Amino acid sequence: MKVELEADKCVASGQCVLAAMDVFDQDDDGIAILLDEQPAAEHLDGVREAVAICPAAAIRLVDQ
Amino acid sequence: MRRIVVVGASAAGLAAAETLRREGYDGSLTLVGDEPLAPYDRPPLSKQLLAGEWEPERLALRAHDDVAGLDLDLRLGVAASGLQLADRTVELADGSTVPYDGLILATGVRPRRLPGAGGHVLRTLDDAVRLRDRLTPGKRLVVVGAGFLGAEAAAVAWRLGCEVTLLEPAPVPLAHAVGTEVGEVLTRAHLDRGVDLRCGATVTEVTGDGVRLADGELVDADEVLIAIGSVPNTDWLAGSGLAVGDGVVCDEYCEAARNVYAAGDVAGWYNPLFGLPMRVEHRTHAAEQGMAAARNLLHPDARKPFAPVPYFWSDQYDMKIQAYGYLRGHDEVAVVEGELAEGRFLAVYRRGEKVTGALTVGMPPKAIRRWRQAIATGADWEAAVPSRSRVEAAPGGATA
Repeated sequence: MKVELEADKCVASGQCVLAAMDVFDQDDDGIAILLDEQPAAEHLDGVREAVAICPAAAIRLVDQ
Repeated sequence: MRRIVVVGASAAGLAAAETLRREGYDGSLTLVGDEPLAPYDRPPLSKQLLAGEWEPERLALRAHDDVAGLDLDLRLGVAASGLQLADRTVELADGSTVPYDGLILATGVRPRRLPGAGGHVLRTLDDAVRLRDRLTPGKRLVVVGAGFLGAEAAAVAWRLGCEVTLLEPAPVPLAHAVGTEVGEVLTRAHLDRGVDLRCGATVTEVTGDGVRLADGELVDADEVLIAIGSVPNTDWLAGSGLAVGDGVVCDEYCEAARNVYAAGDVAGWYNPLFGLPMRVEHRTHAAEQGMAAARNLLHPDARKPFAPVPYFWSDQYDMKIQAYGYLRGHDEVAVVEGELAEGRFLAVYRRGEKVTGALTVGMPPKAIRRWRQAIATGADWEAAVPSRSRVEAAPGGATA
């Protein structure tokens, strides 16, 4: 599974970091940073949570 | 449970539907939405869409394939018109009836309006496109209500070159929500740019060429935007037997009646983290509550109280305002980082003995994350907030 982040949609809420801190971080302006494009299986639930909770619908998890 | 109906196809309803599938529910799943559009995002309506930076397609909450993958019985462009609890059926405006074993209500809110003809509101994509097309340079826009929505729209219109008048009945905009001192910082942002913000101005009527104030004065405008809050969409539930007050009345699990849950703007529920009944109209909250309601419906033996730390943000001019927690009805505000006067600060809020809110403008995200944690754990105010930071702001005072 691969994580896609549309950073220009990001509203800097930081919800993704709360959901999956091993996969996402924020820069100084709060914009989300993708730390791991292909996270290990144990992080996928957190990523799915981030996809669902992101208030900008800026994250997708896609099969590759 | 083989038949679940979700009424409302915006953030909360979509999150509920996605969560049901993600948690393994494979029965029939009907998603009803009164707008004829696939689920779209509302916060950009008063921001990027109104500013003409984004086109409507950009607001889609999910890619077409992702929605298709949910295997929904999708009923768009048709409102729900009635609920029969005893029969477990939802009636739709097209005359059809949909039976359910489980039901999630996520019908949101609609804008409050004023007497008189005309005037824009800003809730749907249609509303936003209509207003956007009128906001050309030099146009005189009157915005009624300087809450978050009105302030955002005023900021966009100012940037587009409109002549903006912002009318607010309270002495300080948003003071009831964020405190007087923080409200004054937000006020200054309008005044610094030449937006004609008039506080203590109550609008009684929209006229053909502007608005009328309570003292009889007429304020001329080419366009009027009414941004005076919202009303939960519960009319269709009249006579259903569900308790309706400020929204659909739910318990701490977001349940309104057996196997009937509510989520998003329309849902009033008891938040055990704050020990208060709440109804929250924030984007992030809608998704969180949709997810929580779906899980509790699907797993009746493992239900969890819904005890979130609400979050919202607002973009106004060059300011990004972010807040966690429950700020309304606070007893005290303290500025713990930055300076109000510089428009760059982090303020925290006390209710009773606990830290219950945090609001920041222009501070790095890590600064506020710590305070979110303090709110989530119900941190004691005395221990968490340095006493020297408390002199700046007293409740309702204007000492800063």
